[in-house]
Amino acid sequence: MKHLKRLLMALVAAIGCGALPASAQEAGTQFIGITGYRVGPYGANGAAFFTGFIDYLKLVNERDGGINGVRLSWEECETEYNTAKGLECYERLKTRTATGPTAIHPMSTGITYGLLDKAPVDRIPLVTLGYGRTDAADGRVFPWVFPILSNYWSAAAGIVSFIGKQEGGLDKLKGKKIVLIYHDSAYGKEPHPVLEAEAKKHGFDLRMIPVPHPGNEQQSQWLQIRRDRPDWVILWGWGVMNATALRSAQRIGFPRNRMVGNWWAGSEIDTEAAGPAASTGYYAASLNLAGKDFRVVKDVEKHVYAKGTGGDRNLVGTVLWNRGLSAAMITVEAVRTAQARYGKKPMTGAQVRWGLENLDIDQKRLDALGFGSMIPTLKVSCEDHEGSGLVRFQQWDGKRWKPASDWMSGDRELVRKMVLESAAQYAKEKGIKPACMKD
Amino acid sequence: MTFFFEVLIGGLLAGVMYSLVALGFVLIYKASGVFNFAQGAMVFFAALTFVGLQEHFGISFWWAFAITLGVMIALGVSIERVVLRPLVNQPQITLFMATIGLTFFLEGLVQMVWGTNVYPLNLGIGDDPIESVLENFDMIISRFDLIAALIAGLLVAVLAVFFHVTKIGRALRAVADDHQAALSVGIPLKTIWAIVWSVAGFVALVAGLMWGARTGVQFALTFIALKALPVLILGGFDSVLGAIVAGLIIGATEKLAEVYLGPYVGGGIEGWFAYVAALLFLLVRPEGLFGEKHIDRV
Amino acid sequence: MFYREAGQFKASYAEDQALFPIRQDRIGVGIILAIAFVGVPLFAGDYWLSAILIPFLVFSLAALGLNILTGYAGQLSLGSAAFMAVGAFAAYNFQLRVPGIPILASFALGGLTAAMAGIVFGLPSLRIKGFYLAVATLAAQFFIPWLLVKVGWFSNYSPSGVISAQDIVILGFAFDTPVRKYLFVLAIVAVLALSAKNLVRSRIGRAWMAVRDMDVAAEVIGIRIMRTKLIAFAVSSFYCGIAGALYAFAYLGSVEPDGFNLDLSFRILFMVIIGGIGSILGSFLGAAFIILLPILLEVILHDAASLLGLQLEPGTVSMAQLVVFGALIIFFLIVEPHGLARLWQIAKEKLRLWPFPH
Repeated sequence: MKHLKRLLMALVAAIGCGALPASAQEAGTQFIGITGYRVGPYGANGAAFFTGFIDYLKLVNERDGGINGVRLSWEECETEYNTAKGLECYERLKTRTATGPTAIHPMSTGITYGLLDKAPVDRIPLVTLGYGRTDAADGRVFPWVFPILSNYWSAAAGIVSFIGKQEGGLDKLKGKKIVLIYHDSAYGKEPHPVLEAEAKKHGFDLRMIPVPHPGNEQQSQWLQIRRDRPDWVILWGWGVMNATALRSAQRIGFPRNRMVGNWWAGSEIDTEAAGPAASTGYYAASLNLAGKDFRVVKDVEKHVYAKGTGGDRNLVGTVLWNRGLSAAMITVEAVRTAQARYGKKPMTGAQVRWGLENLDIDQKRLDALGFGSMIPTLKVSCEDHEGSGLVRFQQWDGKRWKPASDWMSGDRELVRKMVLESAAQYAKEKGIKPACMKD
Repeated sequence: MTFFFEVLIGGLLAGVMYSLVALGFVLIYKASGVFNFAQGAMVFFAALTFVGLQEHFGISFWWAFAITLGVMIALGVSIERVVLRPLVNQPQITLFMATIGLTFFLEGLVQMVWGTNVYPLNLGIGDDPIESVLENFDMIISRFDLIAALIAGLLVAVLAVFFHVTKIGRALRAVADDHQAALSVGIPLKTIWAIVWSVAGFVALVAGLMWGARTGVQFALTFIALKALPVLILGGFDSVLGAIVAGLIIGATEKLAEVYLGPYVGGGIEGWFAYVAALLFLLVRPEGLFGEKHIDRV
Repeated sequence: MFYREAGQFKASYAEDQALFPIRQDRIGVGIILAIAFVGVPLFAGDYWLSAILIPFLVFSLAALGLNILTGYAGQLSLGSAAFMAVGAFAAYNFQLRVPGIPILASFALGGLTAAMAGIVFGLPSLRIKGFYLAVATLAAQFFIPWLLVKVGWFSNYSPSGVISAQDIVILGFAFDTPVRKYLFVLAIVAVLALSAKNLVRSRIGRAWMAVRDMDVAAEVIGIRIMRTKLIAFAVSSFYCGIAGALYAFAYLGSVEPDGFNLDLSFRILFMVIIGGIGSILGSFLGAAFIILLPILLEVILHDAASLLGLQLEPGTVSMAQLVVFGALIIFFLIVEPHGLARLWQIAKEKLRLWPFPH
């Protein structure tokens, strides 16, 4: 009882002190709010991504002294990949500084959807690298959402075109059998419309097999695959489902080099969990290349890890760590772009939004930033919040991911048409008049 | 027909893996009446400790196994001391909630020590089809699954002998029958509980190694508890034999249903089918297959 | 001294059975409601309203629903989140497909749909008891989200299965700011909480408690077990369904079926048990505890780490939070197995005498 009373008193006192104490943010810095996750079933994925993200922010401070002299500060809030917790984090980070949290990377489809209505009201841009709402690529309907680099529909189209290439031309797909094995959730259903349209167009036989969450048991699904003997298997998984799928493929003797995953099924976490050997040959569509052979990675090692302030050396150069690095770079460059217009001071959410919408990173700029070929060139506009739509395929060679194609895209017209249709329907439902935002 | 048997045998073998997890639940429920939701977390705890030891200290399999076993026994004893003893005589639901609290605690603790990375776990057993079966019957039976099933069978046999022959085993059965009576004939209840939790820790370790070898050692290991629950209600919470038989039944029906029924309703029914099947069975026999019949008296 | 029933005589049965028979309680509830309706909107910021108070109220309602089933009728359920999902998706569909339907009617219909689902999944309770029933309710927990993902009609064929809840407009007045949403949720929760309080002292409430305490005995004295249990499931699911609709419409805005997962069900069960089984007040206390504790832990651990000058990795802090959360729950169950509501009872007893010991 005594303990209990003390505990309750502490609780009441903490609440009574009025709001939760804000950790002091340095004044005059560009504050970046991070809704991250390192706990829970996807904690390993989150840890890699957000470590890369923060390592890049550290690099910008250490190497360049911030963006045009404006130093970066940040705070990470644990969401556990849980939508309700993510919203709480967002609300908390939103009020930390006068300029807001710059841009939010939710790294979770659920949290993205939860923030969709809130972000425009709070004037905070959302950046969703390869997840979230696909039709947000239409910036006239979703001015505050940036599915930069690529989205699920582009990925699905890209995978079909990659398979076509492997077969020696898209016309060779006729009569081929392709199985999509997907996580039975909103996420797993995303590629269905594109794949169905592609199947009709190219005349291949498409079969879609769902795997119930969490996907740690896939025997019946893979026995069906064995019975159907498809030419290719597309893997649309997340978390433990990917490792299990690779393992099950090995078990039924399905060749791993006839399997293509999307970018959430293509990190070291997946292939190594399945056993590095079990995954050899497996392809995955990627938003970014893995590896340490980029100047920016070397810079991080020199300016951050050598000084002992880095996150976790083991993660450096992995697919998701590099993705975190790229995501942070996009945020930083958006701020830089905005600064060119609004002045060298901390940018507000609205100004960062303008920066994102006018983001233009060509190969020269990529080289200057040290990213080289890690990500494709980007040119965002109001009509096209995706900015690239390119994917690059990587193959697991038993030890690491190696590039297996150039930056390529699928049927861009098809995807674009579907994006516009879907966005128009959303606009109608919500009573939004599609228009470009000026500032 | 070959395909049918392939699915059936695959299902039965998967069922054994479910039984392995369910066994841990049964042991604890039988001896202390606690529905230990933390069993899944214990599986994860054991597996991650094992791989963590191997990865960070480069020690051999058996050393890592021995140390992890020691850790699991220490864990079992301290759970009895810190969690169960103060909660003795509380309603079952309170104990159940305490084990959920324990789940959070274990998940956090083990990842704090070893990190959130996903580790591969190689037991040296190839997860590939047995060639002779493949050639003769055109059926795929995984060598790994078969060996896992053998290990699970061995484990059950050892436990059965342990409970029926040894003195501790007899004491344990007495405790399971009637706490009060066992106490009054001088059986040390607390010791028995500590032993049972340690044995459950051992079962968790074996299950963790088997499952960890299949999916890599990662947080998702905690989810396999959900696969064990329908096995539990079908077999009865307090029957070791029930856990095995029900595991086989659930494994087989679940896979057959997914393959033959799934396509008609959109697939992905494995997640709930086992629960519904167990539920329907319970409507006929509310105490499960081998559970003890409960007689209500006013 | 401060809480004395002495001198308050009840002259009629009606007085004796009033919702709040003691004057202090009536005044207390009045003050709390006044603070909640007037004081909070005046002083609370957006963060408190939309990140803490609205979810607190929504979860309180869900916990209340589960408490009716588990605390009053004695049926353990692990499927509350699924019934919330039914409420949310049903309310969305009624609003979408019935032209001109008032939003409150959609909510009520959503609740009723959830109640029907509750009855269906409550049927096994007639045969199955205890943990067998708890595990059996998991069937609902896994089946309902599966169905919602699988049948495109429920989410109006949205490719991702996510629904975007419509705006809350009553008679042309839009509840769109955090303050307005808060008031909207508060009004619904207050009405439903008072009706729950009213319900549990009625004939059916007493029948529930009889079944909870011993169902065979209850049957012997003439309580119809089947009806009683099924009503408990229906009412409980109705509350959860309304909570689900509020969760979608007033809190998240967009929800996907996967959001209503087992974790959510467990959280609600936690609230009931930490708050106090079989107590309306407990549902609120439990919800407050479970929502505030993790936030508080995160803030405290972050500050403690920076105060001590520790360069902790963010991951370690998250893990430590989990460890402390789990330990605190065990600790609470050990020191006060009857929940936070019991603390209020103890406080009442103390206040009766305090500051004079006799």
